[in-house]
Amino acid sequence: MGLNVPTMAEMMAQGETPDVLFWVGCSGSFDDRAKKITKALVKILNECKVNFAVLGTEESCSGDPAKRAGNEFTFQMQAMMNIQVLNGYEVKRIVTACPHCFNTLKNEYPELGGNYEVIHHTQLIQDLINTGKLVLKDGGVFKGQKITFHDPCYLGRANDVYDAPRTLIEKLDAELVEMKRCKTTGLCCGAGGAQMFKEAEKGNKEINVERTEDALETSATIIATGCPFCNTMMTDGVKNFNKENEIQVLDVAELIANAAEL
Amino acid sequence: MLSIILFAVLAIVGIGFFAYNVRKVRFNILLGRPTDRTDNASERWKTMTLVALGQKKMFTRPIPALLHLTLYTAFVITQIELIEIFADGLTGGHRTFEDVLGGFYTFMISFIEILTVLALIGTIAFLSRRNLLKLPRLNMKELAGWPMKDANLILIMEIVLVACIFTMNGADEAAQLQKGNVGYGFAISSFLGPLFLNMTDNLETLHTLEMIGWWGHIIMVFAFLNYLPYSKHFHILLAFPNTYYSNLEKKGKFTNMESVTAEVKLMMDPNADPYAAPTEPQAEPQRFGAKDVTDLTWKNLLDAYTCTECGRCTSSCPANVTGKILSPRKIMMDTRDRLVEVGENMRKHGKDYNDNKSLLGDYITEEEIWSCTSCNACVQECPVNIDPLSIIVDLRRYLVMEESKMPSELTGMLTNIENNGAPWQFSQNDRLNWAKED
Repeated sequence: MGLNVPTMAEMMAQGETPDVLFWVGCSGSFDDRAKKITKALVKILNECKVNFAVLGTEESCSGDPAKRAGNEFTFQMQAMMNIQVLNGYEVKRIVTACPHCFNTLKNEYPELGGNYEVIHHTQLIQDLINTGKLVLKDGGVFKGQKITFHDPCYLGRANDVYDAPRTLIEKLDAELVEMKRCKTTGLCCGAGGAQMFKEAEKGNKEINVERTEDALETSATIIATGCPFCNTMMTDGVKNFNKENEIQVLDVAELIANAAEL
Repeated sequence: MLSIILFAVLAIVGIGFFAYNVRKVRFNILLGRPTDRTDNASERWKTMTLVALGQKKMFTRPIPALLHLTLYTAFVITQIELIEIFADGLTGGHRTFEDVLGGFYTFMISFIEILTVLALIGTIAFLSRRNLLKLPRLNMKELAGWPMKDANLILIMEIVLVACIFTMNGADEAAQLQKGNVGYGFAISSFLGPLFLNMTDNLETLHTLEMIGWWGHIIMVFAFLNYLPYSKHFHILLAFPNTYYSNLEKKGKFTNMESVTAEVKLMMDPNADPYAAPTEPQAEPQRFGAKDVTDLTWKNLLDAYTCTECGRCTSSCPANVTGKILSPRKIMMDTRDRLVEVGENMRKHGKDYNDNKSLLGDYITEEEIWSCTSCNACVQECPVNIDPLSIIVDLRRYLVMEESKMPSELTGMLTNIENNGAPWQFSQNDRLNWAKED
């Protein structure tokens, strides 16, 4: 079954207004691994008949990496262009699968004239399950599996969202195991603050390797995350230990889509 | 009479010199740029009560939290005894509160004595953790030299203080017993009294010992008070204002640079006249970001004075735990050291003095600030709500916007965002291709 991905432009041409805008983000649009997360989320949105749209080719970088790198000019140029587009479509509510976009749109756009209700995709999925729109069958594919959740910094510490992804994992009938550093004390994957785009400074270890060790200690078979950057870093970390055949790194949206057999 | 005058002089000098140093610190902090932290007073009081008074964030690490609690409660409760010392000192009296409070006095001093013993245990434990067990976060290279001496000196002063208190109470107890009176019955010194009596039953000597304890105690108190502005130990006072003025926004929200907003708006306004004269007289343009401490906000500078160098930030920093050069604690220590230097220079040589040094470059290197992942672990960990990340970000802003200096990959990333709206080289027109792929 093909994905149904309406754009804001198409919707507007038909005189329709979506309930929520899905902000895909650069990773979700271009990175091969992250695109799978994007599609998993769209499958869920389609299944639940959520009235959503994407900006498509009108979307542009939220400006997060520019701001974290210290280039406020590039950030504000991006933000104001995006805000013009978003306000032009009278967007009220935004969902995104990228905690970096989430944080920027939610916290840093208001002062530049962009005021939206911004939610992370795990919060939206939680809502869909709570309202009965998405039903997970008992004993799905993840029943009994050990799953650990890696907190993305920009979702957890930066915005205090710890429960939504964990609630979803518990819905899978799986065993949620916590790493020794989790929630407020969760260790970064190493990609934040524009580190994703550069080599790390000299040290004695890569941060994602240190973090993967935390995950391996739990003997989980699945490392769940809610961020495309974390996904990349943890996937590389697992490969570093040659464990890619034993341990999967999956986004919470992928877990739910799989469990719901979408 | 002589002792009253001596005490009064000591008190005036002690408090006066402290006030003089506090004025200097205040002057230094106010060298920072403005930032508004006066909104939402009720939330601020709540934060201060929980975090500073209630030590909420300390308890994520229970062992040091309990040890610290012994010193903290002993310190706070002992202030009651200090009031009596003042009363005695200024009237020439002896245990002024005893008659007023009666039985409660015995309870109060006993309570203080027990807390003091606990604090002594805490102090010894802290000295051991630092010097014998050599806990990693208390033995990092940024602590070499003065910071380590500072930390040990404070703990040794604590021990001297405790020794003075028990010399005073123990000798007094012994003197009472020697005079044939019933002892005070304080929890600890009623055991010390007989020990003192074993050493000497000379009333004169016992009285001298008590006086040594009494004067030693009050001299230590004033010494300690005046040591604070030079020491990392200033946190015992500054933790309160520092938590009151906490950042109440979400940690992920970086400040908006309004000076940039004005320019970007002008660039994006098709009707703007680029040659138009400014409508209002412009103030001297501010530097983008921070090169030196005076480019930081006063809250960043208050943070620096509040830091007690415990290193929780550094021990949770992903860059630091993987061997990178960045240490958030060092960022705070450097900021304070540089601020003290800038403040001294200004007082000596005038406001515009330039020593050709700066926080970035002479204290903090570029490698340190580029190691940061902006994960907020340091901000989360700090028991007194210090924010090293905002300093790191402001230093980055200066480097990138004023000097165009950054790791070359970041130049590429920024160019991509400007050219094609993504940090990688993908065309904006391909943004929806994923929807058509399998």
